[in-house]
Amino acid sequence: MGLEEQLPAGVLLGTVEGLLGYMRKASLWPATFGLACCAIEMMTTGAPRYDAARFGMEVFRASPRQADLMIVAGRVSQKMAPVLRQIYDQMANPKWVLAMGVCASSGGMFNNYAVVQGVDHVVPVDMYLPGCPPRPEMLLDAFLKIHDQIQHSKLGAHKLALQNEQEAAALTAAPTIEMKGLLR
Amino acid sequence: MTTTDPYADARSTTEGKVFTVTGQDWDSVVAGLGEEPEERVVVNMGPQHPSTHGVLRLILELEGETVTEARCGIGYLHTGIEKNMEFRSWTQGVTFVTRMDYLSPFYNETAYCLSVERLLGIEDQIPEKANVLRVLLMELNRISSHLVCIATGGMEIGALTVMTIGFREREMTLDLFELITGLRMNHAFVRPGGVAQDLPAGALDKIREYITWMNKHLPEYAELCNANPIFKARLNDVGYLDLAGCMALGITGPTVRSTGYALDLRKSQPYCGYETYDFDVPTWDTSDSYGRFRVRLQEMWESLKIVEQCADRLEKMDGEPVMVADKKIGWPAQLAVGADGMGNSLDHIKHIMGESMEALIHHFKLVTEGFRVPAGQAYVPIESPRGEMGAHVVSDGGTKPYRVHFRDPSFANLQAMPIMCEGSQVADVIVAVASLDPVMGGVDR
Amino acid sequence: MSDSQPENLPATSAAGDAQTPGAEVIDQREGMFGVRGTGDTSGFGGLKRQVALPGGTPKPYGSWFDGAVDKLEGLAGEGAIEKVVVDRTELTLHVAREHLVSVAQHLRDDETLRFELFSGVSGVHYPQETGRELHAVYHLASITHNRRIRLEVSAPDGDAHIPSVCSVYPAADWHERETWDFFGIVFDGHPALTRIQMPDDWPGHPQRKDYPLGGIDVEYKGAVIPPPDTRRSYN
Ligand code: SF4
Repeated sequence: MGLEEQLPAGVLLGTVEGLLGYMRKASLWPATFGLACCAIEMMTTGAPRYDAARFGMEVFRASPRQADLMIVAGRVSQKMAPVLRQIYDQMANPKWVLAMGVCASSGGMFNNYAVVQGVDHVVPVDMYLPGCPPRPEMLLDAFLKIHDQIQHSKLGAHKLALQNEQEAAALTAAPTIEMKGLLR
Repeated sequence: MTTTDPYADARSTTEGKVFTVTGQDWDSVVAGLGEEPEERVVVNMGPQHPSTHGVLRLILELEGETVTEARCGIGYLHTGIEKNMEFRSWTQGVTFVTRMDYLSPFYNETAYCLSVERLLGIEDQIPEKANVLRVLLMELNRISSHLVCIATGGMEIGALTVMTIGFREREMTLDLFELITGLRMNHAFVRPGGVAQDLPAGALDKIREYITWMNKHLPEYAELCNANPIFKARLNDVGYLDLAGCMALGITGPTVRSTGYALDLRKSQPYCGYETYDFDVPTWDTSDSYGRFRVRLQEMWESLKIVEQCADRLEKMDGEPVMVADKKIGWPAQLAVGADGMGNSLDHIKHIMGESMEALIHHFKLVTEGFRVPAGQAYVPIESPRGEMGAHVVSDGGTKPYRVHFRDPSFANLQAMPIMCEGSQVADVIVAVASLDPVMGGVDR
Repeated sequence: MSDSQPENLPATSAAGDAQTPGAEVIDQREGMFGVRGTGDTSGFGGLKRQVALPGGTPKPYGSWFDGAVDKLEGLAGEGAIEKVVVDRTELTLHVAREHLVSVAQHLRDDETLRFELFSGVSGVHYPQETGRELHAVYHLASITHNRRIRLEVSAPDGDAHIPSVCSVYPAADWHERETWDFFGIVFDGHPALTRIQMPDDWPGHPQRKDYPLGGIDVEYKGAVIPPPDTRRSYN
């Protein structure tokens, strides 16, 4: 009944969003933002045993201009935070940020004067990866999840609508301290 | 024209014209400079740069391709670990120190624990097996640390194969760590008084397998690099620093040994029973990056020799204790690897919860309060893969450290960067820094 | 109620107690878990604990220490070495700050001393030790003789100046900058005493005892955990 049935063979229909997402997710180039112990695990993920090349992620770019994904691997100190923000600003849109390890996600065990308590104070984070350090398998899993997120990202008016919706939800969300229930 | 370049902005400051460049935008810099009467280019490399081993910032003053002045900017990874430790018990301190120099966690832990043990006055009560385990783990760690040094150093000069095989062997070492300690990195396995846990079943076989594997694959590095003309051209005579320079700047480790002087604390001031192992201290006499590479390569063989001796000893030590007999210091629970990773052994939980009130009180006191360490200060240096590492530990008699300061070899060694780089080419700076093998986690702590 | 002999001290410890003769009491801690004084019925408020560091050691010191100290005293002159502490097989010399550079020079240059390797400076802050709140602790090693020595220099908080040993040991450069950064000890004569670990515009010296840890509250569902320095704790 649909259009599909009247099309000649070899033609596939999809949305531009879907197509673009598919292309974007398959050519994600991470910027090296190795900071501490997690950076070593990030390098391990690129090395033969775990081989991030299987997911099209092995091209670590030194220049932020060529990268789409910033993997913040390690603890961000107060001194590093402005640098981190500058690197982020230099990356071209669209861009994503993966906070690797508890230090980048929340400050981790270093709740003190020197460490930024979560890189989301400085840049917007798309994916948080817990662990200290996360195993390479976990990083690969995060890659797949962020691929999925990119595949389903919206464009144009849809994107704006989604952003407004998320903004509205965030404004009314209860702070953690007011939430009830199990510590989950 | 350059002012409108979106990629390389030029700004005028009191210091002169400043460009913000992030790779491949050199044209605009060169064109922009032509207008200036004085040609002094100061290039800021890092702190986010792949070739600088993490977040090291190098400030280079250039004349053409020649570096006329080089400076380091550090502190981009300052974590405040030393301060954090002042609010945690002595045992918890191990969890912090292991994250300092993240490529050699066992050395951080052992340096700290040896100092605490000296303060406690229990240095000669550490069980033999704990010492052998410490030596075993430290030497395995030396191999994995040197592998990363050689791998990343190779990657920085474009020898990507060295990097891939380096990480392949490192994974083998990490598998052993995971089997023995439960974690790949940041183990917190060495504790004041001994180590956290006995060797798991089957570990010795794995160690033997590992030795066989390494015997087969370690020669590949020598074959790939030792006589490789490109490799030698990049490393020979680069980053020269002689013995007098090392002494003046407090440099230790492979850098000193590459000047031909066999300075090694394992031989000169042995700890953990190193005097009973048979190994050599390799040296080289060129005082350059190539010499350091060769020293590291040779050290891996020596470490492998020690690992083998440790395995032989451990074979005869089945069932011996790994923690000091003093129940007031030893962690109350024998740890066991449960379904969820690491945890207290079920037997112990049954004992304290169902059988003995006293055991429960003891457990509670030690876990919440911890032991007290008599007031005083101690400094026990050990030979880490990068040189002399020691913890200056001060106690005020309480259950928490009063002050812990790490003398980290990366921090001291990095001071040699200017003297090694000034007068050389920009490309040599990368090689010289890589040959020092600084780990920023250790530098900044 | 006095807690001068804490029960969970290791059975083996001998040195460092307040009872040890010669120990130097630098501080007295009162109360525990945030309660002080006798008004509190738990008894914790009345706890008192003396903090006593190992005091000066009388001669002979044993091992090579006697020879080295005598030699150094002869070279550096009266009043340079304030106190000699031999504790747990380690030799600590408390040096008057105005003599520090000459002591370091002799330690490095004299044939029989020859401490050529500079291992580092570590600052320690003892806020209760009036007049000598800030300590700089130097570790030196002699490779020639395979020995180690520790120098301890103190300065009052109001006048936190210690001469720099950079001219003797160039290796001290970064170590002194770090100690300045964390403790605010000014090393006079240092070529460029600037912050090294913290950002240049950072206020304060974060590893001093009067500087808070600076953590934030950690929030869970319905619960808040304060940072470790503001929790109730053993002291
Ligand atoms: S999360 Fe853990 S492993 Fe990662 S940087 Fe922080 S301390 Fe290191």
